[in-house]
Amino acid sequence: MSAEEAGIVKIALVSCGSEYSGVQPEFEEAAARVNAKFVFPEIDIASIDNIGKEFGLEVASGDLRLMMARAKAVVEGITHVDGVFITTCFRCAEGAIVRNEVRRYIHKHSNIPVISYSFTERTSAGTLLTRLEALTTVARRRHLLAREVQTGLTAGIDSGSTTTKAVVMKDNRIIGTGWVPTIKVLESAEEAYSRALKEAGVSREEVQALGTTGYGRFLIGKHFNAQLIQEEITVNSKGAVYLADRQKGPATVIDIGGMDNKAISVEDGIPGMFTMGGICAGASGRFFEMISKRLGVEITELGALAVKGMQEKVTMNSYCIVFGIQSLVNSLAKGSAPEDVAAAACYSVVEQIFEQQLQEVDVKEPLILVGGSSLIEGVPKALEELLKIKVLVPRNSHLIGAVGAALLASGYVEE
Amino acid sequence: MAKVFIYPVNSLILADLVERYGHKPLAVMNQVREKVTNISLDSPPVNITPEDPKIGLRYAAVEVPPGVRGRMALIGPLIEETEAAIIVENPPTNFGCVGCNRTNELMKYLVREKEVPTLEVVYPESEEDAREFVYKIAAFLESLPKEKDKVGEKKGEEKVEEEKAEGQEEEQ
Repeated sequence: MSAEEAGIVKIALVSCGSEYSGVQPEFEEAAARVNAKFVFPEIDIASIDNIGKEFGLEVASGDLRLMMARAKAVVEGITHVDGVFITTCFRCAEGAIVRNEVRRYIHKHSNIPVISYSFTERTSAGTLLTRLEALTTVARRRHLLAREVQTGLTAGIDSGSTTTKAVVMKDNRIIGTGWVPTIKVLESAEEAYSRALKEAGVSREEVQALGTTGYGRFLIGKHFNAQLIQEEITVNSKGAVYLADRQKGPATVIDIGGMDNKAISVEDGIPGMFTMGGICAGASGRFFEMISKRLGVEITELGALAVKGMQEKVTMNSYCIVFGIQSLVNSLAKGSAPEDVAAAACYSVVEQIFEQQLQEVDVKEPLILVGGSSLIEGVPKALEELLKIKVLVPRNSHLIGAVGAALLASGYVEE
Repeated sequence: MAKVFIYPVNSLILADLVERYGHKPLAVMNQVREKVTNISLDSPPVNITPEDPKIGLRYAAVEVPPGVRGRMALIGPLIEETEAAIIVENPPTNFGCVGCNRTNELMKYLVREKEVPTLEVVYPESEEDAREFVYKIAAFLESLPKEKDKVGEKKGEEKVEEEKAEGQEEEQ
């Protein structure tokens, strides 16, 4: 049976020699879990010596030149693939330069979805799973992602690392919502879903299709017999353009979640390039929780406090959550005002996203900010200051995953 | 017979030349062969495991990328055995290449640090240069001790055997 017949997604592995880093089995395992397989675009070995000049980027490492040659083989259709995974060693400057330029090159010259990642020897299949799941979804289920209108009575549950969100939608409207902290994954999902159903005034049996997303998607999806179990990159980009009413054309989605953050470059609601993660939880909602706790305010009050402050007055580095808190303690000890500290915290998170994530995707307007942290007013303000562009925070931006899941699940109502 | 480290470390041509002159080439192919033929958990195709970059810590610090340390886990032990070395500068890719220039820089440095007899030649651009290139390598290989090392090696082996026997006696 051919790969096409088996529904296997072919992903070109464009790497600097991940097989030498001990992570290749993890790559293979993650690919197998999403029914994909890695292929290595064929190239002429002699071309490696000249590809740098041809590509315009001359580097010393042979495997990095091999990456350029393989990218060219993909773009020119010498090797047919459904997606490209570009990866180099973490902490290698030469590798990072090539990784970024190869990603831009493929994105510019083809419509093939691309993700890039820098690995360490500790990279696990679990870390890669969400990324590869998103890549294969874009390749495999474009028809599902083309959905722009929610139909019927559907629900979505987003089991996030910090909070669990649920929505019930009917005929393109949100009629019920639930938002609870994630404590026990299943119990929290039950509670959030029950709240959403109660507000909507419908029973579980009446719901025609259910979609789940977020870290706990597999567990709750199985529990609730969901029609759609989908990672948060595609679901959130879909939810973002839907809520912001920007379904056509380009958009950039930034999702600051409880544990990680995502930057997604979207075209007609379909993710093209995306990155996920950050150096540390310092660029996530968790950092805001800790800041709020230390400042003695509710997290819902942190945003309003930050808007009153001036970030320039406090030096804060949230590259690491521990050092971030250390900066906070030091600045408070020096007599800094809580509003300035709150503003600095927002700026610090946004700065890390800018430095880590937004370098990996092309920022195109509109920029849609979603996730729980988007409700902290200081965050969109800081992002606007940093990028000098208008940031859109759609209504219900914190429910993005649940809305995206309910919207995509409505594809199963008609099916 | 001398153990000759070759650079590029996967150059078949250099490995062949070294063998023809009666020496043992220290080439990465042998290391990889060992990896893929040893029956163990990390047999092919999973022949390099996350343990290898940790072994590579012997040669490069933790902030050095895992790709360099993983490669050094294979190449480092060869450098430790090195009794002589041939380094070819600016070779084309098909002459041999381990793919990562940071690894190249590190392995050449470690070889030079050993201060063993080393021939450094530039890859030839013309036919005439090619003759000179092969001549230089041949002359270098000719100059390396053969018989003496064989004796030394035998002695070394005997010593290991003796140590083993002593160890067994102690255990008993």
